[in-house]
Amino acid sequence: MDLDDTPEQAAHRAQVRGWLEENRQYAPVLQGPGALEDEAEIVAARRAWQGKLAEGGLAGVTWPKEYGGQGLGPIEQVMCNQEIARAKVPGILDAIGVGMLGPTIIAHGEEEQKSRYLGPMLHGDEVWCQLFSEPAAGSDLAAVQTRARLQDDGSWRLTGQKVWTTNAQFASYGLLLARTDADVPKHKGMTMFIVPMDAEGVTVRGLRQISGEAEFNEVFFDDVELDAGAVVGGVGNGWGTALTTLMFERVTIGLGGEGMGYNSTRFATAIAADEHARRDPEVRHQLGEIASELLAVRFTGYRTLTALQKGQIPGPEAGLAKVTIVNGAIKAGELIADIVGPDALAESSDWAYMISFLPGLKSAGGTEEILRNTIGERVLGLPPEPRLDKGIPFSELRSKEGAPA
Amino acid sequence: MNLALSDEQVFLREAARGALSRFKTLEAAREALDGDAAAMPDLWPTAKEAGWPGLLIDESHGGAGLDAFDAMLVLGECGRVIAGIQLLGHLPATAILNASPNAVSLLDDLATGERRAAYLPVSPPGDLEDRWSVDPARGAGRPGAPVAVAGDGQARVSGELAFVPDAPGADLLVGVALLDGRPVGVAIEGAADGVSVQAVQRYDATRALGHVSLKDAPATVLDAPVEALAGAWHLAQALIAAESLGSVETALDVSVAYAKERHTFGRAIGSYQAVKHSLTEVLRQLDNGRSLLYYAGWARNGAPLEFPLAASAARSVGGRALDLAARTMISVHGGIGATWEHDAPLYFRRAQLSRRLLGGTSAATDRVAGELIVQADAA
Repeated sequence: MDLDDTPEQAAHRAQVRGWLEENRQYAPVLQGPGALEDEAEIVAARRAWQGKLAEGGLAGVTWPKEYGGQGLGPIEQVMCNQEIARAKVPGILDAIGVGMLGPTIIAHGEEEQKSRYLGPMLHGDEVWCQLFSEPAAGSDLAAVQTRARLQDDGSWRLTGQKVWTTNAQFASYGLLLARTDADVPKHKGMTMFIVPMDAEGVTVRGLRQISGEAEFNEVFFDDVELDAGAVVGGVGNGWGTALTTLMFERVTIGLGGEGMGYNSTRFATAIAADEHARRDPEVRHQLGEIASELLAVRFTGYRTLTALQKGQIPGPEAGLAKVTIVNGAIKAGELIADIVGPDALAESSDWAYMISFLPGLKSAGGTEEILRNTIGERVLGLPPEPRLDKGIPFSELRSKEGAPA
Repeated sequence: MNLALSDEQVFLREAARGALSRFKTLEAAREALDGDAAAMPDLWPTAKEAGWPGLLIDESHGGAGLDAFDAMLVLGECGRVIAGIQLLGHLPATAILNASPNAVSLLDDLATGERRAAYLPVSPPGDLEDRWSVDPARGAGRPGAPVAVAGDGQARVSGELAFVPDAPGADLLVGVALLDGRPVGVAIEGAADGVSVQAVQRYDATRALGHVSLKDAPATVLDAPVEALAGAWHLAQALIAAESLGSVETALDVSVAYAKERHTFGRAIGSYQAVKHSLTEVLRQLDNGRSLLYYAGWARNGAPLEFPLAASAARSVGGRALDLAARTMISVHGGIGATWEHDAPLYFRRAQLSRRLLGGTSAATDRVAGELIVQADAA
């Protein structure tokens, strides 16, 4: 049992570290003195930096060499991410594209699609977004209503709405799950498409959240024309293709470890700074409980890495770590706000930002309730909740009516 | 990066499961509660046969030379069937002796299990508490560590330690005493003058406990480094955490099996979200606990400065997980789960007592905070 690199891994790490030392001068400055402020400048600088990282072999590490990757394992990608964090430079801008959508195209796409899209994606020349969730299709993703209709000439017409779309405001392309046949049960009538975000009829609107910032977008499609070559993975196979993306999402989350900065050290540091709180038994008890669980998640991440290294793919139980992180961070925010007082809620405060962000994060990637259902059924083997949508054509389901107004 | 069990570790765990399966430990636990102490099987011969007493003793002294994580695997199996076996007391004691160059002559008999040791739990100082302290017989105030007075060749140790795991019948007591205010390791023969061990039973008949009273008891002063003295405390925390999580595994397995079989309103109860989500919560805490066992197992040698944090966190999560698992086991089974004949009360009793031994789960939780505050100050 160890957390050490093998000799090969150590050599790879040294090479990555050397590359970063040589090239960090090209990395955009996002924080502190001299930081870029203009949104468009930041995006441009981060795209260029992603290109550098890709050239240096630090991005798309697990992608096959023929598509510009390194053909290495997830552990080598993690090492690159660790070294990037250690060098205090930004990572790639398009983590969703390179981490999830590109691998989906590699798995299911046509050769033409691979040669056209993967290179520019990896190098940040074209940023991608994931167009899966809808107002009435989140946890129940197979309830998507965005409709693609086949035309006589083989092209498609796309109408509907997507939501929670990260990076849509500057994306060149999106990978979109649409309903192509409403007269079959819902999992069967879907197809995956590549959608140019500058196509006529595509509208992107920022979606402001509790904090006031727009982390996500809504994307509207009004009779958007797609050519026949836009289909990924075959007509009617959209669900299987989407499952591949979601599997890579789990891998990405598994590789992210504690991510997001919700870790025991950060919270303990805040409490240690208050002379009274750090001696208060109740505060210490709460900190101890929260921190223990967050420390556990760090090692759950290492266990996941061990499994990945052995070629195993993380299962749905990986979702438990997300539940632990989000709920732990919510409790930590409560505790810190109790200690700091209203200043913790000042608009400029990191704590206010965290406190505002977490309620929504609880539902991101599937609500906690759905995660617990999935884990209960697929990990513990408990019987599923009776379902009212099995085997029924989508057109006859209530969910097609959408969310209540 | 490798946090997977080695083939040897898988074998160790499977062998432990097999060896313990030969005994009706749950039935015995129930009968012992009814006053039939003789119902409890003597598992020490099984431990000897398997080589568990020497797990943490170097091979050069007859032990297996294995590490804390291996011991945790065995304790986890003991916890699965709530086996009453005296390893929780024995193993931390051997860890202190194994780190004491002047105690090597004691090791061979302890490694084979011919003689059995019990660890006298003395909690090391924390960020707020600057004393070494022991569990009280009652209440929240913690008495100080036993005190040693130097004599010719041997020291004399006096002190009271309550609820010492596996103390009754132990051949050797190993712990910490203050000599001129300085913590030192001490080894005391169980049969020596001035040693009295009063066996006590509380709520869980599988747990052998003793109130240890030392009055000028002759002791060998050990030359173990102070890190090893504190390390034994944290090792004990990690071991009881592993044992607790083993019990959680069984409680969860049994509860899940029942939730699949039992039907109400035409459905298996496990299909209801209320039941499914509470079982998933047990799994979440169990999985967090397992990860912390890996942390503790790795940190003991890989990052010794983090071992107190890792072991305390494992204890904190393990204790809470066990309480939740036992309560969930009862509630999933409905009223029958709260009856004497059911196994759930045995896990419940285990959960209630375990969380109050060896300083208690709450103190471990507080130490997690304390260790992190010290880390934050140093950063």
